[in-house]
Amino acid sequence: MHVINLSKTRDQEFISRVEQESGQNLSLCYQCGNCTAGCPVTFVYDIPVHQIVRLCQAGQKDAVLGCHSLWLCASCQSCTTRCPNSIDVAHIMDTLRHMARRDGYATEYGVKSFTDSFLESVERHGRAFELGLMMLYTMKTGKFWTDVDLAPAMLAKGKLGFKPHPVQNKEAISKIFKRFREEFAQ
Amino acid sequence: MTTLRYAYYPGCSGLGTSKEYDMSTRAVCEALGMELIDITDWSCCGSSPAHTVDDRLAGALSARNLVQAGDIEGVDAIITPCPSCLANLKTARHRLQKPEFRAEVNKLLERPVHGDILPVKSVLQAIVEDVGMEELRYRVRTPLKGMSIAPYYGCIMNRPPKIMEFDSHENPMALDNILEALGATVAPFNLKVECCGASFGVARRDIVERLSGKLLNLAAENNAQAMVTACPLCQMNLDARQNQINVANSTNHVMPIFYFTQLIGLALGFSQSQMGLEKLVVSPRELLAGAAG
Repeated sequence: MHVINLSKTRDQEFISRVEQESGQNLSLCYQCGNCTAGCPVTFVYDIPVHQIVRLCQAGQKDAVLGCHSLWLCASCQSCTTRCPNSIDVAHIMDTLRHMARRDGYATEYGVKSFTDSFLESVERHGRAFELGLMMLYTMKTGKFWTDVDLAPAMLAKGKLGFKPHPVQNKEAISKIFKRFREEFAQ
Repeated sequence: MTTLRYAYYPGCSGLGTSKEYDMSTRAVCEALGMELIDITDWSCCGSSPAHTVDDRLAGALSARNLVQAGDIEGVDAIITPCPSCLANLKTARHRLQKPEFRAEVNKLLERPVHGDILPVKSVLQAIVEDVGMEELRYRVRTPLKGMSIAPYYGCIMNRPPKIMEFDSHENPMALDNILEALGATVAPFNLKVECCGASFGVARRDIVERLSGKLLNLAAENNAQAMVTACPLCQMNLDARQNQINVANSTNHVMPIFYFTQLIGLALGFSQSQMGLEKLVVSPRELLAGAAG
């Protein structure tokens, strides 16, 4: 059994950061479990979503930012929609992912690599380039056989372009990323 | 009839994996008297990856498009076929009402956001609210008689309701009503707003195989001959990954997955190739031949 000593590990600064960045009042959660009941991905979670909120209330930074669930949330908005206290739970999950990234936690390398590949593709071309994104993902993860079975049908149907469709003003988008790193990335 | 004019945001997948959605949307909108003006040099809205990295980055990627849509004269709204683009554009618009958020996003943009931002709607919402079911029914030339279809909305077309502001978030009816107007039979389907596994197809295919598998099973149990969706990612998971799902779950579904615009187009009298039906991985040819015969 995993036991947490609440008084020794309570990180007040973590609680304030989650509340401030997500704009949500964590103490409104009374653990009804409605978010978990409707969550479609609980079956792959190591910590269900209502327990993540509880751990946030208790300032358990390591347990929260180090869990797998953050990376497996599908952003389906079921939790946010059904919370009886109107807590934007999905936004808390997003906020925790932002913090986990910044603080160097990455428990689902494949998911992180997919996100990174997608955004690199957008930074480079201004739009998502699906084939290029898959190539980047393959290089990052070494998972060559991922979806290789889909390629023939997608290519035959003209759904996987060999070339990106860049926007004309590509710099405008790459500059968004550049300014973001200068202004906000820590 | 007065023409409805919209700023159109096609979304990246419309250039690739959901070409047939973009094709059929453009054709159907024109036929329904909706003029689409592409947002000049539109760029990616950030899709789901951006908001998992940073709200301000996601906000800026969407905001660039919102600002450029503002250059188009004589339009009252931006419309987009893709629910993920829709959710990002609407969320950005919502958060940009807050001066602090707007100020931070503006630090990232070449052209900052000033003043009002055009409202954003899905193509589905525009067809339901601006064209209307009565008009649609009136324009049907070849009703989809004898086809039983499960209406699948996906998770974010209507959620969260505070931002999406369209239809019911637990039991939406827009696609049901469209199917009915087209003369098809609406199969009972109580997983209308359940998640298909979203963008986990690549990194965690097991999630998509389980969640999309559940959707296909229910549609089949309820004797649906096909499913209809409004989302490129749902369509891809259910259609292109149907074989992967069958292998993983020991099932043998052969379930065509249409975009709703393709079905509207068929009923309005467009040909199968005009609606890009040959681009669907699970072929609907047999089903359509049966319905016609």
